[in-house]
Amino acid sequence: MLSISQELVDAIWAHARADHPDEACGVIAGPVGSDTPTRYIPMRNAAMSPTFYEFDPMELLKLYREMDDRDEEPIVIYHSHTSTEAHPSRTDITYASEPGAHYVLVSTREELAGANEFRSFRIVDGVVTEEPVQIR
Amino acid sequence: MSVSTPEIDIRIPTILRPYTGGEKSVQASGATLAEVIQDLERRFPGMEERLLEDGKLRRFVNVYLNDEDVRFIGSLNAVISAGDNITILPAVAGGA
Repeated sequence: MLSISQELVDAIWAHARADHPDEACGVIAGPVGSDTPTRYIPMRNAAMSPTFYEFDPMELLKLYREMDDRDEEPIVIYHSHTSTEAHPSRTDITYASEPGAHYVLVSTREELAGANEFRSFRIVDGVVTEEPVQIR
Repeated sequence: MSVSTPEIDIRIPTILRPYTGGEKSVQASGATLAEVIQDLERRFPGMEERLLEDGKLRRFVNVYLNDEDVRFIGSLNAVISAGDNITILPAVAGGA
C-alpha cells in the first residue's frame, strides 16, 4: 500500500495538469527504509513528449547525489499519461529500475478529467502489481 | 590487469546490487571505462550484460565519470585516472 499526504497528491496533479499534453514526471523522496514519501521533487521531462518521459541524465545524477547526502531514497516515482489510462505501459515496465519504489501514474486524458485517476504500482522484474493508495 | 591501473570506487544502483552481494559501492580497475567494466564482470559476473548491448553502453543506463556523463567524454574509451569515481544510474524513463 502507498500511504501519501493529500498535499503531495495535489502537487503531482498540479504538475501533470501544467505539463499536459506532455507527460510530467518526478520523484517523492523520503528517509531510507521509511516507506514514507516526504520531499516532492518535480523533474523536467527531457523527452518533452506526450508519449514518453525521461529524466535528464545530469539532473538524475544531481537528484541521486542529493538523496544520498540526505539519507533518502525515491519512495514514489510518478509520471502522467496524457492520452491513455493510468496503468504502466510496456515501456514503463521495461525501464522500471527501482524495485523498492511505488510507481504512481495519473492520467490527464480528457475523458478522464473528472475521474481523478491516481494509481500506484510495484514493478519488480517485469511484474506489475497494483496496490491500494491511502491518502493521509 | 597491470599494476599501474588504479582501483576506483563505483557506485552501484539498487537494481544491480544483487550482483555485488548488496554492496552500494565496489571497486574495480582499468585504464578506460571498457576495462573497468571488464574488471567488474570478472568480480561480479553478470554485470557486463546489464551495462552493455552489442558492445556499447545500453541506451537506458547512465554512467558518470566523476560529474560527467561518459557519453560526452568518449563513452567506453573514457580514460580513467587515480582518484576518479564512477556512478551507474539506470535512466528513469517510460512512456504511454
